Amino acid sequence: MSLDPVTLLAILGMALATYGCRLTGLLLGGRLALSGRSKAALDAIPPAVLTAVIAPTLLATGWPETLAGAITILAALRLPLIAVIAIGVASVVVLRLLAG
Amino acid sequence: MSDLPESQYAEFRDGLVELLPAMVAAAPIALLYGAIATGKGLSPLEVTLSSALVFAGGAQLAAIELWTVPVPIAALVLSTVLINARYILMSASLAPKVAHLPFGARLLGFHALADENWALAERRAASRRLTAAYFFGSGAVFWVNWVAWSWAGTVLGPLLGDPRRFGADFAFTAIFIGLVAGFLTTRRAGIVVVASAAAATAAHLAFGSPWHVLAGAFAGMAAAVLAWRADAEGEPA
Repeated sequence: MSLDPVTLLAILGMALATYGCRLTGLLLGGRLALSGRSKAALDAIPPAVLTAVIAPTLLATGWPETLAGAITILAALRLPLIAVIAIGVASVVVLRLLAG
Repeated sequence: MSDLPESQYAEFRDGLVELLPAMVAAAPIALLYGAIATGKGLSPLEVTLSSALVFAGGAQLAAIELWTVPVPIAALVLSTVLINARYILMSASLAPKVAHLPFGARLLGFHALADENWALAERRAASRRLTAAYFFGSGAVFWVNWVAWSWAGTVLGPLLGDPRRFGADFAFTAIFIGLVAGFLTTRRAGIVVVASAAAATAAHLAFGSPWHVLAGAFAGMAAAVLAWRADAEGEPA
């Protein structure tokens, strides 16, 4: 069991950043009452960030990932999360085999 | 508090039952995280500690993608802030619905707030008052689940070899697709997702990681603002 000081510093930095976000929201609470355009912009953050994280994997890695992504998106529109994961993983394995 | 022990037990059990699919879905993600992080040279203690203290799957996996030696601490923290900025809004939205619970417990309980248990708590709060047994119970169980499977990944990872071989790396992508699909309830959300995907891919090709996260976030927000006026849903308030 080893604990590198630089790694620990990185982990603590990430932990503080994350808890800081959770705490800020908790303390702001109901005072963060937004409407109209600003609410639309803030509502857009979660789907926009989640999409941004995976977009390069889906669109700029290779055709197996792109095609598997398309299949997974279709699955996600009608199936529960656990089935979506299973279909995504299975399709990427098959398509990567086909790609060689 | 007029809660009888039986009703507290029922509340706790409700939380567990509702959370179970998310726990099952999180297990392979945590295993994957532990395995990949071990492959990057982190010790089992460091991996387990990161899951316990950060407790944010998307940010942790993004950090492992960015992980190099020497460790780029600033880039890791920036990427974490970008990915987790949504917690400000999620916590702010949930905060009034748990305001009747003890403050110290809320300080601790919000550390265990993740996309899945937040969505469940919001859904339950829409129909009934959130109890301590439900909210803190499901939070604690979800936290233990994530930390334990992350540790298991550090043990199983080296035994299984390259996670790409059996598509485990794509499980992360698939869970994010599933989470995004949950937001696609309006036409505006669809426009946001398309704008974010285009901007993030372009930024990734041009500047690399983590700039694609920033580009996607801003493109999505800009698209939402532009699409707002034409929005037929209007503002319910």
